[in-house]
Amino acid sequence: MSDAVLEVRDLNVDYGLGDDAVRALRDVNLTLHRGEVLGLAGESGSGKSTLAYGLTRLLPPPGVVRSGEVFYHRDGGDPVDVLRMSHAELRRFRWAETAIVFQGAMNSLNPVHRIATQLTDVIKAHDARSTRASRLDRARELLSLVGISADRLDSYPHQLSGGMRQRVMIGMALALEPKVVIMDEPTTALDVVVQRQILRRLVDLRERLGFSVVFITHDLSLLIEFSDRIAIMYGGRIVEEAASARLYRDPLHPYSQGLLNSFPALRGPKRELTGIPGSPPDLRAMPSGCAFHPRCPRATERCGVEVPVLGVPEGRVQHSDHRGRTVACLLHPVHDNGF
Amino acid sequence: MTTSTPPTASGTTDVVLEAEGLTKHFPVRKRGRELLSRTARSVRAVEDVSLRLRRGRVTALVGESGSGKSSVARLLAQLHLQTSGTIKLHGEEVNAKGGRKFRAYGKRVQMIFQDPFASLNPVHTVRYHLTRALKIHGRAGKTPQDLEEALHDLLTRVQLTPAERYVDKFPHELSGGQRQRVAIARALGADPEALLADEPVSMLDVSIRLGVLNLLRDLKDRLRLAILYITHDIASARYFADETYVMYAGRVVEGGDSESVTQRPAHPYTQLLIDSAPDPDRPAAEEKDGGAGEPPSLIDPPAGCRFNPRCPHAMPICTEQVPPRFDVGEGHFAACWLYKEDGA
Repeated sequence: MSDAVLEVRDLNVDYGLGDDAVRALRDVNLTLHRGEVLGLAGESGSGKSTLAYGLTRLLPPPGVVRSGEVFYHRDGGDPVDVLRMSHAELRRFRWAETAIVFQGAMNSLNPVHRIATQLTDVIKAHDARSTRASRLDRARELLSLVGISADRLDSYPHQLSGGMRQRVMIGMALALEPKVVIMDEPTTALDVVVQRQILRRLVDLRERLGFSVVFITHDLSLLIEFSDRIAIMYGGRIVEEAASARLYRDPLHPYSQGLLNSFPALRGPKRELTGIPGSPPDLRAMPSGCAFHPRCPRATERCGVEVPVLGVPEGRVQHSDHRGRTVACLLHPVHDNGF
Repeated sequence: MTTSTPPTASGTTDVVLEAEGLTKHFPVRKRGRELLSRTARSVRAVEDVSLRLRRGRVTALVGESGSGKSSVARLLAQLHLQTSGTIKLHGEEVNAKGGRKFRAYGKRVQMIFQDPFASLNPVHTVRYHLTRALKIHGRAGKTPQDLEEALHDLLTRVQLTPAERYVDKFPHELSGGQRQRVAIARALGADPEALLADEPVSMLDVSIRLGVLNLLRDLKDRLRLAILYITHDIASARYFADETYVMYAGRVVEGGDSESVTQRPAHPYTQLLIDSAPDPDRPAAEEKDGGAGEPPSLIDPPAGCRFNPRCPHAMPICTEQVPPRFDVGEGHFAACWLYKEDGA
């Protein structure tokens, strides 16, 4: 496996301060490798968007990073901790190294500016030596990258369809050739046909330009198809991490199993599906022990007391495709030095 | 629980709600120079839609956003009045334009909306929402005990038990799935025969969607409801619905038994839709490079078949004439010229 570009270590994020704080992320450890698509799946409130904002330092107040480190590995340089960057460093880092496509991105375009202005603005801010002509050339190039004809440069956002606006946003994110692109539910507002067009293009671009993607969505079936590795989040923690195909065929955590059982299949025999009983946990009143135990069909008494640790499951290390596989569940005892 | 119409043995009278040639054009406001022209422009949201809802069966209406599927539900609920076409309830033409008639119609045909966060009033409790539905439709009984019993009944029916725990809650104290259950209970408060569910689970978390769908299916079986299930997720239509209709740009392009529509899609649009749905089982090599383009503007839709600009099989006739429904076997039809029998 290729080397790491982004490493998250023991990240804890709270909303609010002191005793009333809601703990949105707890001890999250995650590594993004060069050129891979890492999927983050989970329900609303599981902390997947908080993780994206936390590791780019975009958390809106009252969000606070309580502890942890986020290492970014520059090409041929020492890793830098994003959470300890100065303001000026951060300004250079954002977009040029890590770009983010927001949830509902198609509404993030400024309605009173033309596409060209919005695309060239970021280039101007980061590269003072560029000329107007070179910026426009780059903007044209970016539009063709995402499959939009260059004559759309003079359009306003309302003249484009939702799918085109979304593609413009992806083009904008790629403007400075970042190493990491974080996509927070990039296609949830779009129809399946358009969604597939956009994702296919993204995968294509990733192969050509060689960036890594953190892909956040609640649609697990989409992730299995489009990402290399998947991390499943529940109640602010990562509960399982594995290669997509492995996770699909052999999920270990009961929550992952439940999630996979929540999607009716288009092919094959029809079977009765149940989803997961109960509702997602309230972060203000988290259950003790494993956060999933009130909904878990296989919960034991121990689950209500002990918080399971994320680690490599025992007896599965020898298989090569279990590399990088971790799970946090008492049903699957883990090695102590799992990480 | 009993319904007002006597059960009949023959298959055809099982139809509860029927739409024939349903059409809705929304006028577009004129601006600038258009004010002087005589031609009125309109959005042709729904064009010549015919479908049937049967007792004890779920009919799915699948389509992308903007395909007119929600407009069909609103027409069937008489929240919009159709431009042309007829809606029949048990064979009788419906004309529920406001007032008492509308309320009487609402007693028999109820609607569930997509967003349970918006469809419940945040300043009122579950008790208020359900009591209001019961009172309006005359099912609150005579005494407070009757009402209490009816409330308890409704909440039990949507599996919010024990009912006492939920009846005095405010919407913000409930999760999304519980809110949608309250919305379903409110619709059941009218004791309807048909339920129009407009994307009832798309705003809910994935793990609880199936719980709500299974509840609706259970209610359908127990109360013999006719359910219209509107969705953009064709896989869930296969799971939940007996019959499936597919809409594209305001027209029904294909319909029939859910299993045959999803397993042997006939219309090129349905094929595209199914190829685009996320499917972890799909081998990567099978990926077809189709599906360019986007749905057309409904103000000025393409002539003939509205899918023709995107269709890989488009023929000259597709741009000239609107395809009628061609039978492709076992009550499964497709509105596509590909299925016109030669020499016919």
